[in-house]
Amino acid sequence: MTLQTESLLDSIQAAETLEAFQTATEDLRDALAVKHVVYHWVNSIGERFGAGTYSSDWVDRYLEKDYLRLDPVIFGCFQRFTPVNWKQLDWSSKGAKAMFLDALDYGLGNQGYTIPIRGPNGQFALFTLNADMDDDKWDAFIDKHGRELVLLGHEFNRKALEFEQGKETVAAPTLSPREQAAMTAMAKGYSRAQAAADLGISEHTLRVYIEAARHKLGALNTTHAVARALSSGLIIV
Amino acid sequence: MLRYIYATDLPQFPKLRDTMFRDRAEQFKTRLGWEVRVTDRGEERDEYDDLNPLYVIWELEDGSHGGSMRFLPTTGDTMVNDHFSHLTDGVRIESPLIWECTRWCLSPRADRRVSAALTLGAGELMAQNHLEHFVGVFDPRMERIYRLMGLSPDVIGRHGTGAAEIGVGLWEMKEAAFAPVLAKVGIDRATSKRWYHNSFSPVRDLIRAIA
Repeated sequence: MTLQTESLLDSIQAAETLEAFQTATEDLRDALAVKHVVYHWVNSIGERFGAGTYSSDWVDRYLEKDYLRLDPVIFGCFQRFTPVNWKQLDWSSKGAKAMFLDALDYGLGNQGYTIPIRGPNGQFALFTLNADMDDDKWDAFIDKHGRELVLLGHEFNRKALEFEQGKETVAAPTLSPREQAAMTAMAKGYSRAQAAADLGISEHTLRVYIEAARHKLGALNTTHAVARALSSGLIIV
Repeated sequence: MLRYIYATDLPQFPKLRDTMFRDRAEQFKTRLGWEVRVTDRGEERDEYDDLNPLYVIWELEDGSHGGSMRFLPTTGDTMVNDHFSHLTDGVRIESPLIWECTRWCLSPRADRRVSAALTLGAGELMAQNHLEHFVGVFDPRMERIYRLMGLSPDVIGRHGTGAAEIGVGLWEMKEAAFAPVLAKVGIDRATSKRWYHNSFSPVRDLIRAIA
C-alpha cells in the first residue's frame, strides 16, 4: 500500500480544515479495510481535539459512561510511547469487560492497536486503529503496516499541532545545511556511499540526516522526501 | 533477566529503582567525573528521568540493578537535541523512528553478561517498535563496548577529553547482530522476546501485585 500511503500522507499534510482532517481518517480506514481510525489529543489546558470514524453515538456513550476512568487503552498508553496491541491489555475487571462488550454493540471491532505519540513540551496524543479480525490476522496486519502506521500517526499529530498554533504562525519546513546537502545528493542519484564520502561523514550519519529530513517533510521514504523537497524548492538540482 | 520499565512503574520495583539510581551516581559522578547532580540519598537523577522514559534494566538474582539504560523518543524533549546540538552538525535529530538512548550504566556488581544483555534489550526495542536508529551520548568506554557487540557505533561529534570525554553518536542493531549477542548473554531469542512481552503485557499482574 506504498503508493496509497504516500497519497494519504499528502492529503493529511494538505488538510487546511477539520473536515479535511476528518476525511483523511476515513480514507485511511477505507485504504486499510479496518473498522475505525481515530486520532485523539488532550492539550495542555485540557481541551480535547480529535477526529476519527467512531460513531457519534459511541463517543456520546463513552462520555456518558465516563469510560475514560477505566479504559485499559488509556491506562496502557498514557504518557508512554510504545505502541499497544489491545489484546495485551488487562480487560479482566468487570468495568473493562462491560465497556468492551458495549463497544462491540456500538460498532467497534474486537481488535485494536494504539500508538501513543509524544510531541514537543510533553504533548501527548493517541492514534488508534480498530478492526474485526482473528488474532493471527491482526498480528500479521500490525507487523506488515507497523512502520507506516507510526508515520501516519505522527503526520496526523503534526497537523493537529499546526491547527492549534494557528496556520499563520506555522513555518514551512526548512532543512539545515547538512540535511540539504544530503537530500541534494540523493536527488542527484548518488549512492549513499558516494554522498557520505562527498559530505565527509559516515554512511550511518548520512542515513540519520536523511531520516531527519524525511520526518520534517512528512514523507514515507527517501524517494518521497526527495520529491517533496524538490517540489517545495527546499533543494535545487 | 531484562526488564523494560517506564519511570511511572518504577515504584513497583523499589530495590531495582534505588540501586539503579545509586549505581548511576557511582558511575557518572564518581568514576567518570561528569557534572551530574547527586541527591542526598546518593542517587543520580536528571530532568529526563521526569519525562517518563523507558528504562531497560538487567535485574540481578537478588533483585538489584545489574545495568541499565534510558530511552526517550526524539519527537519529544531529548538530551541530545536540548544540550548537544552543537555536536550534531546543526541537525536536530528528530523522528518517530529514532529514539535517544542515554545513561548506559553498569553496576559494579555486574558480571560480563550485562553489557551484552543491555545491547540485546536495545535490539529488541528496535525490532518491536519499528525503529531505525538510536542516538545517544557516549563515553569512550561505551563506544568500545558497542564495538565489541558488533553495533558499529558512529560518533558524529565529541566534546571534552580523557574520562570526561563524551560524544554524540548513532547506532543500530541489525538482525545479524542478534545471534552473537544472544550467545554472549547465554539465552535464545524466544527468551528475549518473552522478557520483552512480559514487561509490556501483564499490566494485569502489576495491578494484582498492588492490590
